[in-house]
Amino acid sequence: MAGTTQLTAVDVEEFGRALDRLREEILASLGEGDARYIRRVITVQRSLEAGGRAVMFASLLPPAWLAGTAMLATAKILENMEIGHNVLHGQWDWMRDPEIHSTVWEWDSGSSAEQWKHSHNYVHHTYTNVLGKDRDIGYSALRVHPEQPWHPLYLAQPLYNLMLAVVFEWGIAIYDSELERAWRGEKNWAETLTQLSTALRKGGRQVLKDYVAFPLLAGPAFLPVLFGNLTANTIRNVWAHMIIFCGHFPEGAEVFTEEQIEGETRGEWYLRQMLGSANIEGSALFHILTGNLSFQIEHHLFPDLPSNRYAQIAPEVRALCARFGIPYNTGSLPRQTSSVWKRILRLALPGPARWPVDLGDDRAHRSEHAHAHRIPAESVV
Amino acid sequence: MAVGRFLREAATSLTTPLLPDDYLGLIDPLWSHRRLRGRVEALRPETADAATIVIRPGAGWKEHRAGQYVRVGVDVDGVWQWRPYSVSSPPGRPGGTFSITVKILVNGRLSPYLVERIRPGAIVRLEHPQGQFVLPRALPERLLFVTAGSGITPVMSILRGLALGDEMPDVVLVHSAPTRDAVIFGEELRELARRFPGLRLHERHTRTRAGRLTMTELATVCPDWAERAAWACGPPGLLADAEARWRRAGIADRLRVERFRPVTASEGGAGGRVRFARSGREVDADGDAPLLVVGESAGVLMPSGCRTGVCRSCVARLLSGRVRDLRTGREHGDTDDHIQTCVSATAGDIEIDL
Ligand SMILES: Cc1cc2nc3c(=O)[nH]c(=O)nc-3n(C[C@H](O)[C@H](O)[C@H](O)COP(=O)(O)OP(=O)(O)OC[C@H]3O[C@@H](n4cnc5c(N)ncnc54)[C@H](O)[C@@H]3O)c2cc1C
Ligand code: FES
Repeated sequence: MAGTTQLTAVDVEEFGRALDRLREEILASLGEGDARYIRRVITVQRSLEAGGRAVMFASLLPPAWLAGTAMLATAKILENMEIGHNVLHGQWDWMRDPEIHSTVWEWDSGSSAEQWKHSHNYVHHTYTNVLGKDRDIGYSALRVHPEQPWHPLYLAQPLYNLMLAVVFEWGIAIYDSELERAWRGEKNWAETLTQLSTALRKGGRQVLKDYVAFPLLAGPAFLPVLFGNLTANTIRNVWAHMIIFCGHFPEGAEVFTEEQIEGETRGEWYLRQMLGSANIEGSALFHILTGNLSFQIEHHLFPDLPSNRYAQIAPEVRALCARFGIPYNTGSLPRQTSSVWKRILRLALPGPARWPVDLGDDRAHRSEHAHAHRIPAESVV
Repeated sequence: MAVGRFLREAATSLTTPLLPDDYLGLIDPLWSHRRLRGRVEALRPETADAATIVIRPGAGWKEHRAGQYVRVGVDVDGVWQWRPYSVSSPPGRPGGTFSITVKILVNGRLSPYLVERIRPGAIVRLEHPQGQFVLPRALPERLLFVTAGSGITPVMSILRGLALGDEMPDVVLVHSAPTRDAVIFGEELRELARRFPGLRLHERHTRTRAGRLTMTELATVCPDWAERAAWACGPPGLLADAEARWRRAGIADRLRVERFRPVTASEGGAGGRVRFARSGREVDADGDAPLLVVGESAGVLMPSGCRTGVCRSCVARLLSGRVRDLRTGREHGDTDDHIQTCVSATAGDIEIDL
């Protein structure tokens, strides 16, 4: 492995300092334009939602059903991704707006904001791609890395993954109460059940709204509205699942062990976030619809910088990567998605011991770079 | 009543996790009951560095009593700044609006924006009027107001209210400002004094007649000061002198003061690391920085009110560490103590439940 070493410990820290400087620059420049952006997105989202639901009431006409459902699905995607996810990360806390703040926000999702903030902001963003620690949903339900031991249950994982995509918000809701940790005795049942009942209450209100209250209000259009809401929620679930899986599991995204992150420096932390994340290329509208998680790399480097700035930061991060010879994993949506599915299909079967060269075109090349930092990482401990 | 509640709950089940207000606010921000807002209706320059801002409050606004203040939240370059301002218009809200009058504090975060940059149509956030700097329900026969600079604002509301009711008791107003032109509401005060013989106005122009008002001078201007119900509002020095004088005369209960900024006795100590537990933010803070400001700068949603140590709206639970009271310099604090963040600074590393 020594032969692949290109990054010295000094390089890694220099890389980290450069990113810190970038962060400071952005923080210092936040202002009116950013505030206007998030307020505008919220206004558009709420208008789309109200409009979509209104149009759906005319659902006895099929075009109205289609238009209403499309509007509602778009609103729900915006609400979860560009607004909810990012507000809950504290990206807009600097505005001190009492209505757009991570401590008061609640989102249109099965899971409660409070529980999600713990499992996502804290556990996932701290232990990004650390095996056995990162509880981001893929890691417990699926085998996404060869380092995870195989089990015959994984044979059906392509199917689980499809099912997970469809019910994504509920998967997260249940998952956040960490049932499996209680099962294994790592967490007490009383706390787990309290969390589960919080989740059920939150989820119950969501179900009541989309599947009882609005259909009833629609009167004769009861069924079309119910079906429209179900469709909108499903589209949102599948979309969120796809974008999130593209963020961490395409070929080239690295995993780490607990030993590797012990005594991690700031520079090494940045490097791990880099190597564990992947971007998706697309238009400005596409980026907004992904909640700017298409800039997963930038998001993981700076989880609390406002999402509208990631596009501006990305070229600078990319240039830094080029300078230090660090891989920058990016590709189109079809490319990243097929890469994710290739992995899920391959890992349903036992093995491989290490990634073979034939999995993913330039995988071997990336891996060489990616492993380079491990030498300094170990020498620090 | 029951029907109203049922309807509200039914509406909420349609808008969950948001509230119906959040959608009404899209149509007109002033319709939101949950979050009181106001629209800036007009701006009126008063002096070279002070202006009156006329605000139309939204649904559910409670009338102010003359002398009270409101908390105003304003979006300055994307960041909400909250400050208390005395209402300067009379009670009763003629025309459905109320006013505040703001004097620029050089390098301040909000006051220069309010005086120079805000425009009609701007939406501000509001909190209901509060404060004890008011007339008692039974009007005393003789009153004395001692004010300086922008400290005239709450008194202006009181005088305007009295003038509107056409009842002006025996009032002495001793007001200080640097020059005649710098007197906020100068013309109107002089006009009121002409109109009501009961109102005696003593203007002091501190730049033309050396220095600020002394208590000896006050006694010359208003020999029966000790017999009057008194109100004082102005800079810390003036208020300290007045409080000392009234206390020495054994009639401290006859004087009410309104402070626009906290008394600071303490130079501050070493400072330390402050952790805001619920928000998950951690910052280094100086030993003389109010925790309220430290939290705000870190993007924490800090509750606050008067920002001067009076109203206790800012209290927060201390989870660990000790704080220093900036008014006295005293260090204190145990786990679970409630501290006033606006007048406390950190004394070492602390953790707060916010
Ligand atoms: C009950 C109450 C009523 C008030 N009513 C009015 C009013 O009617 N009109 C009005 O103009 N103001 C009024 N104020 C003051 C007002 O709330 C603000 O403090 C003031 O406008 C300055 O705010 P800023 O954001 O510009 O300054 P900030 O950015 O808050 O202040 C910057 C710094 O200056 C210091 N500072 C604060 N005040 C002063 C001062 N007066 N002189 C010197 N330094 C100071 C602060 O400690 C701070 O460190 C009132 C305050 C209170 C508590
Ligand atoms: S804000 Fe009023 S006491 Fe602190």
